Amino acid sequence: MNTDVQSLTFTDTIYHVKRGGQGAVLEINNLDLWYEAAQALYNVTMQIEKGMVTAMIGPSGCGKSTLLRCINRMNDLIDGLRIKGEVRLNGEDIYTRGADVIALRKRMGMVFQKPNPFPMSIFENVIYPLRVDGVTDKTVLEETVERALKGSALWNEVKDRLQESALGMSGGQQQRLCIARAIAGDPEVLLMDEPCSALDPIATAKIEDLINELAGQYTIVIVTHNMQQAARVSNNTAFMYLGRLIEYGDTETIFQMPKSLRTQDYVTGRFG
Amino acid sequence: MSAYVNTQAVAPDTTVPKSQPAIRFTDLRSSGEPFAWILGGALALGCIMIVSFLAMVFWNGATTFVPKEIQVVTMSNGAMTAGEATRTELYRPQVLDFQKLTPTQQNIITENDGFASRTLYRVGNFDIYNEDYRWISDFEVTKIEAPKDILLAERVEWGPLIGTLKSITVDGEIILLNSVNDKRFANIHDVSRERRERMSEIEKDEIGGINHQIEQLRLNVRRVELAEGLNSEAFAKAQMTLEAQVGGLQEKYKKLADEVLQLRDLNKRNTATFVEIGRQEKIVQMDALVRIYPANDLDVFGAIGVYLSRWWEFVSDEPREANTEGGILPAIFGTAAMTLMMVVAVAPFGIITALYLREYAKQGRLVSFVRISVNNLAGVPSIVYGVFGLGFFAYVLGGSIDQLFYPERLPNPTFGTGGLLWASLTLALLTVPVVIVATEEALSAVPRSMREGSLACGASKWQTIKYIVLPRALPGIMTGIILAMARGAGEVAPLMLVGVVKLAPELPIDGFFPFVHLERSFMHLGFHIYDVGFQSRNAEAGKPMVFVTTMLLIGLIFALNITAIVVRNRLKQKFKGSQF
Repeated sequence: MNTDVQSLTFTDTIYHVKRGGQGAVLEINNLDLWYEAAQALYNVTMQIEKGMVTAMIGPSGCGKSTLLRCINRMNDLIDGLRIKGEVRLNGEDIYTRGADVIALRKRMGMVFQKPNPFPMSIFENVIYPLRVDGVTDKTVLEETVERALKGSALWNEVKDRLQESALGMSGGQQQRLCIARAIAGDPEVLLMDEPCSALDPIATAKIEDLINELAGQYTIVIVTHNMQQAARVSNNTAFMYLGRLIEYGDTETIFQMPKSLRTQDYVTGRFG
Repeated sequence: MSAYVNTQAVAPDTTVPKSQPAIRFTDLRSSGEPFAWILGGALALGCIMIVSFLAMVFWNGATTFVPKEIQVVTMSNGAMTAGEATRTELYRPQVLDFQKLTPTQQNIITENDGFASRTLYRVGNFDIYNEDYRWISDFEVTKIEAPKDILLAERVEWGPLIGTLKSITVDGEIILLNSVNDKRFANIHDVSRERRERMSEIEKDEIGGINHQIEQLRLNVRRVELAEGLNSEAFAKAQMTLEAQVGGLQEKYKKLADEVLQLRDLNKRNTATFVEIGRQEKIVQMDALVRIYPANDLDVFGAIGVYLSRWWEFVSDEPREANTEGGILPAIFGTAAMTLMMVVAVAPFGIITALYLREYAKQGRLVSFVRISVNNLAGVPSIVYGVFGLGFFAYVLGGSIDQLFYPERLPNPTFGTGGLLWASLTLALLTVPVVIVATEEALSAVPRSMREGSLACGASKWQTIKYIVLPRALPGIMTGIILAMARGAGEVAPLMLVGVVKLAPELPIDGFFPFVHLERSFMHLGFHIYDVGFQSRNAEAGKPMVFVTTMLLIGLIFALNITAIVVRNRLKQKFKGSQF
C-alpha cells in the first residue's frame, strides 16, 4: 500500500462547492507546518463556512488533528514547532506577531478525544471559562450553567447534583460535560477532535445527536476517522492525506462523487 | 496436567524430545521465578530488621519507667548492698581476684570455663557512695532479699536515694516515721513541693520579668546613645528614666528575693532522714524529693501510678541532673517547632523552584544541569549544611540583622548566632532537593489533557497552574513534604552548629514581647539522645533515657507524618473517579 501511495503524485487540492452561504468564519491560507525538521502540513488552504459543521477525515497521521489545533493555537505548546502561512478568524490573522492567544482561545471552544473534565464539581467545570475570565456574579454563572448543560443535553441528568464531582459521571456524560464547558463561553467556533473515539456506540449516538442540535448555533469543526460519523453529522467534508488537503466540498459530493482517486478509495473503505 | 506427567513416566525417552522442557514441577523455575524468592527474601529481611529495631526501642522505652524491685544483697564478707538489678553478664575474673576465692567458688568458675556471672546494681546514693552503679559477682552473694520497707526516692540532685525512712522533721520537730504512706509525710511533702514550685515561679517569671524590664531600659539608653550621642538631650532623658525606674524595680526585686529566701528557710525546716543499707544516715530536704515510693511494697495500682507519674514528668517537665532525669519538654517543643518552621520555609521555596523548572523553563541543557545539581545537593553531607548555615545565616545574615536592628545589644549577638530560625532555614536548605524532585514528579504526572482542556478554555498558563495543575499535583507534593519532614526531624549533625544546645532553659515562646523568640537556641530530641547517651556523667544512667527519647522522637515524626498523610489522602479522594 505504501508504495502505491507514494507512486501517486500530489496535485493541487480539489475544491467543490460548499454548503453554507453566510461567509467564511475561518480562512486557512497556504499553511505549512513542521515538527522540528519533519513537515506535517503542506500548503493547506481552506475556508470554513459559518454555521456549518465541517468534518475533517483522513487516515491516521494525515495531519487533521494538527490542522485543527492550529485553529486555536494549541500547537503553541509543542516545542520545535514551526508554522508558515496564515489562519484568519473573521479576517484577523491569529498568527500575527503579538496576537493575544488567550483572547483567541476564549472565542473558541474545544472538545478533546478523551473526556477531560477537571477534578472539580460539575458546576465548576462548566463555568471554568467564565472563572478564568474573572466572572463572579452568581446569577450569571448559574444561568450559564443551565444554558450550557441544556445545550449539551445534560441538564436533566445532572441538574440535581451540580455540586458533585464531575469525575463520578460516565464517560459519555463526561464528554457532554466537556461540550457544555466548551460552549459555556459562547464561542464563535467549536472545535472537536475525535470527540467520540473513547466512547461506546450509545454515547456516540448521543454526541452525534447533540452535534446536529448545535449545528445551527455554532460553527463546528470536527475531526473524525469514522467516515459514517462524518457523513451523518457534517455539511462539508475535507479529506486529508499525508499532510495535504486532497479534496474539500460538501459532504454528499465528497462521499458520493469524489474526484480524487484517493478520496474515493478512502471513503469506500479501500484503505485507511 | 497429570496426563502429561503420566505420559512422561511411561515413556520418557521417546515421547518427549530432548530439546523440549518437561512440564513438571521439578524445580523452582517451573513453579515460580527464583527471583521472586530472592527479592521477597530481601524485602522480608529488611522488614524484620526494621520491625526488630522498632520493637527493641519501644520495649526498652516502654519499660524504662516501670518501678523495679530493690534487692538487698548480702555478700560473703558480710557487706550489704541495696539496688535495682539492671543487667547480668558473664566475665572472666582476674587472676588475683580468683586466687582469693574459696576452693568451692574456684571450682564453680573453673567448671564454667573460667567465666563468672555478675549483676549490675543501680545502688543510687551517689552523694554517699560516689557511684551510681555497682557490679556484684554471683559468687560473692550469700543472700538476696527484698525487704518491704526499703524506699526509692528521686531527688532534684544527686540522683536516686535508696534506703529506709527513719524520721521526718516538721518545722524543726522530729517525728519518728518509717513509712512514706503515712498521711503526715504526704502532707508535709506536698507543702514543701508547693513552696518550691512557688519559688521557681518567682525566680523565673517575676524576677525574670523585672530583669527583663531593667535590661530593656538599659538597652533603650544604649540605643539612644548610639543614635543621638552621649551629650544629647535624649540620652540624658533616657538615662533619667532608667534611674527613675530602676530604683522601683530593684525594690520590687528585693521584695521578691526576700520572699524566695523566706520560702527557702521554711523549706529548710522540713526534712526527712533516711538510713541507707550501710547504716549511714542522710538528711534530705522534703522539697528536694521529687518522688518517693516503697519499691517492694507496691500494689498494681501503686506501680501504675509511679509509672504514669514518671511519664507525665518526662513529657511535661524540664530536664535535671545533666539531662539524665526529669523531662524533655523543651526538646519536644524545639523539635516540633523547628520541623514545622522548616516545612513552612521549604514548601513554598521547593514548590516555586520546581514549578519554574517544570512549567516555565525551556527544557534544555541548562535546566538539565540545574536538575542534576539539585539532585546532587541531596548527597552533600549534612554537616556541610551546618557549616554553611552557621557561616551564612548566623554570621552573615544574622550579623547584618544585629547591626541594623539590634546595635544596642552588641557585642552580644541576637540573631548573629545559632538559633531556631537559622536551624530551620538550614534544614530547609538541606531538604529542599527532596521537595523539588517530588514536586517535579508530581507536576509531570498531571495529564496533558487537563492542561490542554484548561488552556483551550482560554485560561492563561498561570491560571492553568493555579486551578488545574497544582491541585492535581498536591498529593504528590505532599509526599515530598512528608519525606522532607521525616528527613529534617531526624537530622542532628548540622543542628549542633546552628542553634541546638544541651540545655536551653528558655523556650522560644514566652510571656515577654515579642513572645516568639526565633533567635533563641533550643533543645532537640535527636541531640538530646546524643547528649544523654554519650556526653553525660554516667552512661549507664543515660541509657534508658536514650531509649525513651528515641521512642518519643520516632513517635513525634510518626505523628507529623500521619497528619500529613491524612491530609494527602483527603486530597487524593478528590481525584478518585478520574479516568487518567
